[in-house]
Amino acid sequence: MSTAPSDVNFSDEQMLGFYREMLRIRRVEEQIGKDAKAGNIPGAVHLYIGQEAVGVGVCSQLTDDDWIASTHRGHGHYLAKGGDSKLLMAEIYGRETGMCKGHGGSMHVADFSKGIIGANGIVGAGISITTGAAWAAQMDGTGAVAVAFFGDGAANQGVLGEALNVAVLWKLPVIFVCENNGFSEFSPSSTVTAGKIVDRAKPYGALHEAVDGNDLIAVHQCAARAIRHARTGNGPSLIEARTYRQRGHVEAEASFLRSKYRSDDEVAEWIARDPIPALAKRIMDAGQASQADLDQVEADIAAEVAEAVKFAEGSPYPDPATQGTNFMFA
Amino acid sequence: MAKKRMIQAINETLDREMARDPKVVVFGEDVEISLFGDTRGLKDKHGAHRVRNMPISETVMSGMAVGAAAAGYKVVCHMMFGNFMYTGFDSIANQASKLRYMTAGQIALPIVYMGVFGGGRSAAAQHSDAMHPMFMNLGGIKVALPATPADAMGLLRSAIHDPNPVVFLQAAGRGGEQGEVPEGDHVVELGKASTVREGDDVTVVAIGAMVRPAMRSAQNLAEEGIGVDLIDPRTVVPLDREMIFGSVRKTGRLVVVDEARDMCSAASHIAAICADQCFDALTAPIRRVTVPDVALPYSPSLEKALLPNEGSISDTIRRLLGKAAAETEEA
Ligand SMILES: Cc1ncc(C[n+]2csc(CCOP(=O)(O)OP(=O)(O)O)c2C)c(N)n1
Ligand SMILES: [Mg+2]
Repeated sequence: MSTAPSDVNFSDEQMLGFYREMLRIRRVEEQIGKDAKAGNIPGAVHLYIGQEAVGVGVCSQLTDDDWIASTHRGHGHYLAKGGDSKLLMAEIYGRETGMCKGHGGSMHVADFSKGIIGANGIVGAGISITTGAAWAAQMDGTGAVAVAFFGDGAANQGVLGEALNVAVLWKLPVIFVCENNGFSEFSPSSTVTAGKIVDRAKPYGALHEAVDGNDLIAVHQCAARAIRHARTGNGPSLIEARTYRQRGHVEAEASFLRSKYRSDDEVAEWIARDPIPALAKRIMDAGQASQADLDQVEADIAAEVAEAVKFAEGSPYPDPATQGTNFMFA
Repeated sequence: MAKKRMIQAINETLDREMARDPKVVVFGEDVEISLFGDTRGLKDKHGAHRVRNMPISETVMSGMAVGAAAAGYKVVCHMMFGNFMYTGFDSIANQASKLRYMTAGQIALPIVYMGVFGGGRSAAAQHSDAMHPMFMNLGGIKVALPATPADAMGLLRSAIHDPNPVVFLQAAGRGGEQGEVPEGDHVVELGKASTVREGDDVTVVAIGAMVRPAMRSAQNLAEEGIGVDLIDPRTVVPLDREMIFGSVRKTGRLVVVDEARDMCSAASHIAAICADQCFDALTAPIRRVTVPDVALPYSPSLEKALLPNEGSISDTIRRLLGKAAAETEEA
């Protein structure tokens, strides 16, 4: 598994940018978590808290012309790829002004203008969709790539094998990023997943690499190799980023689960390896930013979150008299 | 006008639309050599990037169509047999039919999922289904079932350029059937039924491969003095309700012929909406001629007995009109 060497050079600005993106996801999601508990959100929400280094490490190297497909745990990917937090919040609140006008909700936030094919309620669905988007990118010949984010649970969908096979054969510019957060819903990965996920690329001859998914720099470098490989016409890669889901599978789980599926110690251990303080420490140790700089980032994000909530709360619900049946057909 | 075989009409349409629009691409299992002949020769003309053989991987295939369409291509995804659409059903049912809706119309998904359907050739249970009713229930997918080479040409052209996913079902084993096809460009709008034959006594709505036996039945019944208003919906989504209602209001009687199993068939839906909308005009109960709720068997003797045919259609109509069915009782 690759971890970041200590002598990597990113500019002060880049480093602070990574920190900002990760913290932005964290604070937006903490707010969503609070809102869910308060009963302000009509549907289920699955939080990405703890996994931010993966989304940011990969998406910070993509442009609007590159595609990503996400999962039910999709707010982080959406934000990391440049999605707007106000439109996200309003969507999760089920409002008319949301990214999908209240038709999609947390599990379907998408912004095609930014290459965000969207979150997805079907586990593993993004794998085939990005393979197709990568085929389109290949035909376009622009060097664009497609990235499928999916979980360790999704890696057990047969479609991963199908996609690796065709992507290698056709040399498609697709990067399969498996975020192994230890759980498939409430089943520990070890109970439902044989072998190492990263090894599943081997027999197909796809580039593959395991990486510490809580190390932003390591993820960035690993993804850089895969993206370069794809952009230069050499085909697909599979990345397994080992990380941890700090929150529940779904925010409401405490209200319906009758027993535990992991120990408090385990959670505490992983919280101690939280990717955001780790990056902050790295930045400070290297003298790339001051505490005041980080505080400023924190304050800016707090303002952004407050504004997103205000925007969502102040927005009307879509009117069933004019909405709800509009978008089935183009 | 020229006479063309169904498969030739489809092949020429794919060829013409690929030439017309560089965004049209075709992929599927063995599309290069082409099992049915509909995609034959396309790779040589339009290049290996736009006509691609797929591994036997329906799950990824139907989803790749979604991704490529979302990224700007007009995708013809050849699923070979319609039954294999079940294998690749997830991305059709959960993605293609809903992605536009879920994202409030952010994208168009110009996809044609193509495949052959229906029985009559001892292909047995896993290669003979008429699966159009399943797609009708998804909500976001159009469904075209051409009955003639001209309609195949016109509907396919519309389907390729339609911004929505379209399931395009070719009647199995009918690729060799000939029909008149207009010269040059021919377009049939999705959602426009055709009146195959006019008559005043009974409306017959026949779907896909059922149009032919219904037509023969109508011809024979004309000699008995029974006038059949025969309608081919051509697409079941969108369904040309107004044309069907207009005919039912004229004749007061309705028989729907569908190769699907009876339960939740296109026939049962058409019967339901006509009962809703034309009840006052009906002078007799609505009848459905469909396949019983069983899988299709292999042996010709068994299969033949289950599929609607000219005899069963004619008998149903005669009974509805209070006439004896004796003449074709054994057909
Ligand atoms: C096809 C499908 N099967 C099952 C589910 C129910 N489900 C939702 S999330 C989930 C677990 C997914 O685990 P993983 O892929 O590891 O993602 P994570 O939740 O850990 O981010 C399951 C089983 C689903 N949404 N879709
Ligand atoms: Mg997981």
